[in-house]
Amino acid sequence: MNYQQYLNSRISNVPPSGIRRFFDLASSRKDAISLGVGEPDFKTPYLIRDAAINSLIDGETQYTANRGLLELRKEISLYLSARYHLSYQPDNQILVTIGASEAIDLALRALVCDGDEVLVPDPSYVSYAPGVIFAGGVPVPVRTCQEDDFRLKAAELEKAITTSTKLLILPYPNNPTGAIMEESDLMEIAEVIKKHDILVISDEIYSELIYDNHVHVSFASVGDMYSRTITINGFSKAFAMTGWRVGYACGPEEIISVMNKIHQYAIMCAPRQGQVAAVAALKTGRETGYESVLMMRESYDRRRRLMVNAFRQMGLDCFEPYGAFYVFPSIHRTGLSSEEFCSRLLQEKDVAAVPGTAFGPSGEGHIRCCYATAVEKINIALERIASFVASYS
Amino acid sequence: MTKLETSILDILQDDCRLPLEKIAVMTGVSLEEVAEAIQNLESRKIILKYSPVINWDRTDRERVEAMIEVRVTPQRDMGFDAIARRIYRFDEVKSVFLMSGAYDLLVLVEARTLKELAAFVSGKLSPLETVTGTATSFVLKRYKEEGVIFEQDETDRRLVISP
Repeated sequence: MNYQQYLNSRISNVPPSGIRRFFDLASSRKDAISLGVGEPDFKTPYLIRDAAINSLIDGETQYTANRGLLELRKEISLYLSARYHLSYQPDNQILVTIGASEAIDLALRALVCDGDEVLVPDPSYVSYAPGVIFAGGVPVPVRTCQEDDFRLKAAELEKAITTSTKLLILPYPNNPTGAIMEESDLMEIAEVIKKHDILVISDEIYSELIYDNHVHVSFASVGDMYSRTITINGFSKAFAMTGWRVGYACGPEEIISVMNKIHQYAIMCAPRQGQVAAVAALKTGRETGYESVLMMRESYDRRRRLMVNAFRQMGLDCFEPYGAFYVFPSIHRTGLSSEEFCSRLLQEKDVAAVPGTAFGPSGEGHIRCCYATAVEKINIALERIASFVASYS
Repeated sequence: MTKLETSILDILQDDCRLPLEKIAVMTGVSLEEVAEAIQNLESRKIILKYSPVINWDRTDRERVEAMIEVRVTPQRDMGFDAIARRIYRFDEVKSVFLMSGAYDLLVLVEARTLKELAAFVSGKLSPLETVTGTATSFVLKRYKEEGVIFEQDETDRRLVISP
């Protein structure tokens, strides 16, 4: 049977993920050291797991309210207020979702009309552009570059705006670059947003992973951006809860209400134990000054410095990332393309990294390396990369 | 205790063979500061020794290890500290801890053979004046020590590449 005629071509024509090919290649090599992971190497702190275990033992296996357990929404409200000076009402401005991933998808589906343009920083997370297409919109990449520390600049943003521009996706701290946006950077963007009457989806999933005395500023807290922003965050990176699938979206009541409409029909509610675990994470966080988060952050910070230093020592141009857990060095001096570099590195040295092009065309000439892995493995991988780079320079 | 010292201790506890240059990079300070801090920690006897965790079961060295629960009666001129000192002076004794609970001292002993170990307990440990009783258990298998898992169990369960 020819299914092409039945399938929604808008969706089946979305090209396969650039990461997928590398995943298959890397999986086949048993002893490869992978710097290509996108999740923490910590397990969820035991206290948090314990809360979910007890919840299961107590037989709490039913649906929760569509928008999520009220207790969790209250904790999220307290957390955002204390950490990022944001004020969202638990009743109608917060929606608990299946990871930040679902929150992004809901926001796009609620806001994008056929043909709407959505600005997506380039390079950035692989899901944004496809998500825009699935929602019927047109993703418009906005170039960021190493000279600007991969920050989004107002000038580049202006260039990409047309009369069809509806939304900007703002993902900082950034995957794959590790870039952050300071308050002054965000204020410049806010001017452009206001001028062109655009809305913003701010994906702040890495908000807790920020280093060297830098402070995360939430876009909704800048100027009058509160009424134009959907703030998205979650628990995966900060609390090492990737597999639990819990995240949330916060924003103006009317937008959250429409997002909830999709959510209630398509999803019903986020997994109950994930939500129970999330409550425990935020509660113990409040009580202990977010001790476990700070401990993980400090551990990442050491490895971050190790990796940036090593890339610079091998003669690669590497900007210093102050967020997330990725380093995005330029491999320009080897004369190889990102894909060639990563393929050969895997074949010749058994180290897996992700080509920058998997995250957008502006990623060409860069590779993404994750430092959420044991120090010992990082050191070995870096030695191998150094000898690989030396052989191609 | 400074933050730098705590960081250095955490790093060394995980891998004490890391070159000082790498420790300097990881903590964001100069090589000299790291060297000085470590020397300081050593002279204050906070760092006492650097030794690897060895899985002797994979070598052909013969050894027997036991944990001995020791009950003592501290006397007027021989308190717990002095008794412990007496005990830890024996080469066979690897560790001595003062414990709360049903007994007083936990003594970890290593010897080449069962016979040697038994001879130590009956000939050197039990006869000590202040020792009122001992209960010896033998280590049959090591699963985890000093945070290191001895079996090849801890595989990274994450997907090799993920976005």
